[in-house]
Amino acid sequence: MTAPAAPAAHIHRPTRPPGALVIEIEGVTKLYKMGAEIIHALRGVQLTIRRNEYLAIMGPSGSGKSTLMNMLGCLDTPTDGRYDFNGKNVAHMVDDELAEIRNREIGFVFQTFNLLPRSDALHNVELPLIYAGMSPSARRERALAALSNVGLADRIHHKPNELSGGQRQRVAIARALVNNPSIILADEPTGNLDSKTGEEIMALFEQLYDQGQTIIVVTHEEDIARHARRIVRLRDGLIESDARVH
Amino acid sequence: MLLNEILRMAFASLGVNKLRSFLTMSGITIGVFSVIGVMTTVSAMRGSIETGLSFLGSNMFQIGKYPTGPTTDGASRRRIESRRNITFAEAQRYQQLMESATDVVCLKVFNRDGPVQATYGNRKTEPGLSFGGTNEHFLAANQYGVELGRNFTAEDVDLGRPIIIIGQDVRKKLFPAETPLGKLIKVGGRAYTIIGVFAEKGTNFGQSQDDILMVPITRFLSDFGAARFSINIATQAPSQERYNETLDKGITAMRIVRGLKSDEDNDFEIYSNDSLIAAFAKVADAVRAGALVISGIALLAASVGIMNIMLVSVTERTKEIGIRKSIGARRISILIQFLIEAIVLSLTGGLVGILFGVLAGNGLAMWMKASIVFPWDWAGIGLLVCTAIGVGAGLYPALKAARLDPIESLRYE
Ligand SMILES: Nc1ncnc2c1ncn2[C@@H]1O[C@H](COP(=O)(O)OP(=O)(O)O)[C@@H](O)[C@H]1O
Ligand SMILES: [Mg+2]
Repeated sequence: MTAPAAPAAHIHRPTRPPGALVIEIEGVTKLYKMGAEIIHALRGVQLTIRRNEYLAIMGPSGSGKSTLMNMLGCLDTPTDGRYDFNGKNVAHMVDDELAEIRNREIGFVFQTFNLLPRSDALHNVELPLIYAGMSPSARRERALAALSNVGLADRIHHKPNELSGGQRQRVAIARALVNNPSIILADEPTGNLDSKTGEEIMALFEQLYDQGQTIIVVTHEEDIARHARRIVRLRDGLIESDARVH
Repeated sequence: MLLNEILRMAFASLGVNKLRSFLTMSGITIGVFSVIGVMTTVSAMRGSIETGLSFLGSNMFQIGKYPTGPTTDGASRRRIESRRNITFAEAQRYQQLMESATDVVCLKVFNRDGPVQATYGNRKTEPGLSFGGTNEHFLAANQYGVELGRNFTAEDVDLGRPIIIIGQDVRKKLFPAETPLGKLIKVGGRAYTIIGVFAEKGTNFGQSQDDILMVPITRFLSDFGAARFSINIATQAPSQERYNETLDKGITAMRIVRGLKSDEDNDFEIYSNDSLIAAFAKVADAVRAGALVISGIALLAASVGIMNIMLVSVTERTKEIGIRKSIGARRISILIQFLIEAIVLSLTGGLVGILFGVLAGNGLAMWMKASIVFPWDWAGIGLLVCTAIGVGAGLYPALKAARLDPIESLRYE
């Protein structure tokens, strides 16, 4: 392993005390049927995540990271097992109920940014608030605040193709933040960025963590995972290890 | 989610594929245009036809050899062609029989020898005048007035005097400065003395009614050959209340005059303002029905086009749908978004069709000197139909979009 790029950041970094329970999953399995074949993507996962945590989910390709992440993000439901989100059982919720949880409680950050290509930064960030039914003036104010929080106050009317990769990811992070979600879920957030820009994004996550956000990052890079305060390692659909880092 | 937000998104995404949206819309535009254009023309013309056809005057019916409307089948055309002309003697006999029922029986015939020109000295009119013979009841039966000079008298008709009453167009052309009364003009190779000038009447269906020349019917028949003409008889009932009674008497009188047995059909036509308007209405109904069928087919094809484009659009925008769902769009929001897009396509096409249809219809109507109308009822129906088409064609694609799995759609490239 190479030395951390910014060792100074690691010396002073504080770990905030964990708060209330946000995610509690127990005995979660996920099966995919591929014709006659049954794939066990998750084989009985147990995990609790509290407010103020900064967690990395790691594991080799095919270990079930994305499947777990989709489940945590309420994009999918488990085949079996229990999943409570903020004390609410979401394991058996239907599409629209899950959509509401995603809208109010979860902020997604994707590897490929997933911005609407023809909308400017402001509209992209406003979108979750539009679906939440917020009034135009209130959501504009919130979106502007989120964009300036990620350092893009001067880019609000730029479209994604007029922004750099790092700037696009910042817009996506602003969009994830804008609804004051319980957790931010990032799937390989630096996967499409060069290492310097990746470090900038990880610094931004650090800043958000300091501001009181709860963050879950899925990654296969140790350098990225090291920013988290806790690392969960998956292998073949099972949790191999779950450890705090300092 | 707010409606104006959805509308904004719909217009934005339709704007991305401007040509495609335009082509899809144009199907609807053509369908709506054809129906609105025809309906506008028909309504615009109906008003002027109803006033135009009232040239017969009120409470009048007319008897003649030929029907007014087009005769479609050969059999009835042959039957009508084989009818005997209504002779002047028959018309006079009819007049006698009707004496107790009404005072106003107007007889008239019109020139059949090609364009007519009137000359006075070295001045002449354009060819194409209406030239005919009539009696003293022409004014009442055809709603003309005499501005200068006098009307025909019964005596003028009995004696067949070579006299003439001219229309304003003729007066202006031949006598721009001097009085026409007492002057001798030549029409159809014959000379007539002017005894009167009709009051100006204006145009009807774009045709001047002031380019007219009338002589006593007896004179006309002897000058141009009595046997060649079939007399037209217009009868005016004394009042609205006595119209039906007078009409019955008229039919009976005409059957007596024509020597028909009780089992024989009428060998003449009877028509009134009402029957002329009804004849127009029949033609108008057929035109309307045709327009409805054609535009129905066009709209059906157009709605298939909209559904096709919406399905393509849903597939192309799978990723977008996945993004929207991941940040909390519910099924209904996605459904409404795509439905509104389909409705906007269809309604915009429809509005353009209505606009052009009304313009074209009124243009045609104006060309035929009818007054301008806006067919609110058809425009309203058009918009409703377009909305229904939008919903009908957009529902399946929108449902498909709403039901997409968020994970799969996010993965779509
Ligand atoms: N939609 C799916 N259909 C079938 N198999 C799937 C599907 N998604 C994931 N899998 C399988 O489940 C396993 C775990 O996949 P995934 O969660 O994507 O792993 P990771 O993100 O760690 O690479 C893999 O074997 C993968 O092939
Ligand atoms: Mg993965």
